[in-house]
Amino acid sequence: MHPAVSVIFFTVLSGAGFGMILLLGLGFEIDGGAGRAFVVSLVAGGLAVAGLLASVFHLGHPERALRALSQWRSSWLSREGIAAIATLVLFGLYALVWMTTGDRPALLGGAAALGALVTVFTTSMIYAQLRTVPHWNSALTPAVYLGFALSSGWLVATALGGAATAGLWGLALVALAWALKWAWWVRASRSRLSTAASSPETATGLGFLGRVRLLERPHTGENYLTREMVHVIGRKHARRLRALALVLGCAVPLLCLALIHVTGAPAVLTLLPALSMIVGLLAERWLFFAEAEHAVSLYYGNR
Amino acid sequence: MTSLPASTDKRLGLVIDLDTCVGCHACAVNCKEWNTGAGASPLSDADAYGADVSGAWLNRIHTFEVTPADAPAQIVHFPKSCLHCDDAPCVTVCPTGASHKRSEDGIVLVTEDMCIGCGLCAWACPYGAREMDPVENVMKKCTLCVDRIYDEVLPEEDRIPACVRTCPSNARHFGDFNDPGSHVSRLVADRGGIELMPEMGTKPVNRYLPPRPKARAPAAGPVAATRPQTAKADGFLGWLDAALDKLG
Ligand code: SF4
Ligand code: SF4
Ligand code: SF4
Repeated sequence: MHPAVSVIFFTVLSGAGFGMILLLGLGFEIDGGAGRAFVVSLVAGGLAVAGLLASVFHLGHPERALRALSQWRSSWLSREGIAAIATLVLFGLYALVWMTTGDRPALLGGAAALGALVTVFTTSMIYAQLRTVPHWNSALTPAVYLGFALSSGWLVATALGGAATAGLWGLALVALAWALKWAWWVRASRSRLSTAASSPETATGLGFLGRVRLLERPHTGENYLTREMVHVIGRKHARRLRALALVLGCAVPLLCLALIHVTGAPAVLTLLPALSMIVGLLAERWLFFAEAEHAVSLYYGNR
Repeated sequence: MTSLPASTDKRLGLVIDLDTCVGCHACAVNCKEWNTGAGASPLSDADAYGADVSGAWLNRIHTFEVTPADAPAQIVHFPKSCLHCDDAPCVTVCPTGASHKRSEDGIVLVTEDMCIGCGLCAWACPYGAREMDPVENVMKKCTLCVDRIYDEVLPEEDRIPACVRTCPSNARHFGDFNDPGSHVSRLVADRGGIELMPEMGTKPVNRYLPPRPKARAPAAGPVAATRPQTAKADGFLGWLDAALDKLG
């Protein structure tokens, strides 16, 4: 699949943003008064909104985006839009009360947290529902999205919150998220189109005659399908990108968190592992798209 | 509405005969022509006269080579357009309601002025039957020529899809698969119509008729190498031939 930069940024940033909203809604400890509450809430909401805006401007017709809220009965994309907006409204109210009164209403916070959880889940289901892309078509996909949202959100919230260091919880969340991703990678390496029983033979129905090979594409040039779903752009650097994702996304954050934990350094230093993890996740997300095979490639010479 | 109808009154679709298709691309060209002139918006191309031409097509002809275990390879031309699936995943993923399946005849359509161009439906289709229009930025797909088949202004013989109407080798057939007596249902029953990628669970309506078995020549010994023979020319050409031979 073609890795669209806007969608990569959207899923990583809004993941971290909604992860933060989830934690803050559940009462994640933040130091200081209204000023700090404002900054933390602004970053959480800002990350979530920035991601959403990036994905809206990726559309062919952004001016019609509101229409996308209408089909929640069948469409995960529609559900995502509704969940995201509802969550942002709830969280906005929560932040307002928090800043003005210093109080953190548990019920409102809980609702925003639930909304954030549902939003991240619906985002992941947009991919996980697709039978046409065997890499994504798995319950591990939502698990990975939730894991990364929660762990990256935890790091950013700790860095800005100043109350306590990420501690063992932070370490555990980052480790858990990458353990899930590792399982996802192991499964992905085994689930190709051929393991889903699809091949040029089933795509053409000609398997009963013999082995099927593409002789000629319909047209000499590229088309929407080949650019969007067949191209193997970026798979060339897959190994280096995976190493980058693991080092910046996993090893560096774990090391930093352990050091901060042991030395008792101030929480604000968590900014370093937080940023490192987000950069690592951009590489991870690039691979999520670039390495995924789509069924239509069987009509364009893939096996 | 992007929920699928439980059943549709008719199940209109195409039968494509892989035995008679000669891969001339006439159906694709006529489809492009019809859908550029009619419909909600033209079926656009980007850089149409330049070096990097690329455009939206609703029907494309692939060519495959099939190699049996015990016989020489054969060529199969393979036209592919939307299969108007019963369980169309492209419809249920659509967030706007632009993609829908009609309950009266089962045709899968996109309402262009509702489409936000998110492209998710194209990801959901295993067959590559949906393409983004590079100029309009909305999703395009085969309409089963809904703007021909019901148009009483057209002469009756033209009230069939453009691709079916134009095919010079009669490889495309249009009809109602819900009617067991229809031309298409009988073709599928007689010739063993094939469903593409049944493992994707889309339940396509369109069917493909497999190539008929080839008559196989009895196995012969290796053919002796032969040199191309040309008849000896005489007169002026004979002189020219000899003169050129001399020149080496
Ligand atoms: S062929 Fe593709 S576009 Fe057409 S109905 Fe089936 S899934 Fe949808
Ligand atoms: S591209 Fe248009 S028709 Fe397709 S899913 Fe998006 S809004 Fe629906
Ligand atoms: S039915 Fe009409 S729109 Fe569909 S492939 Fe044929 S000519 Fe094109």
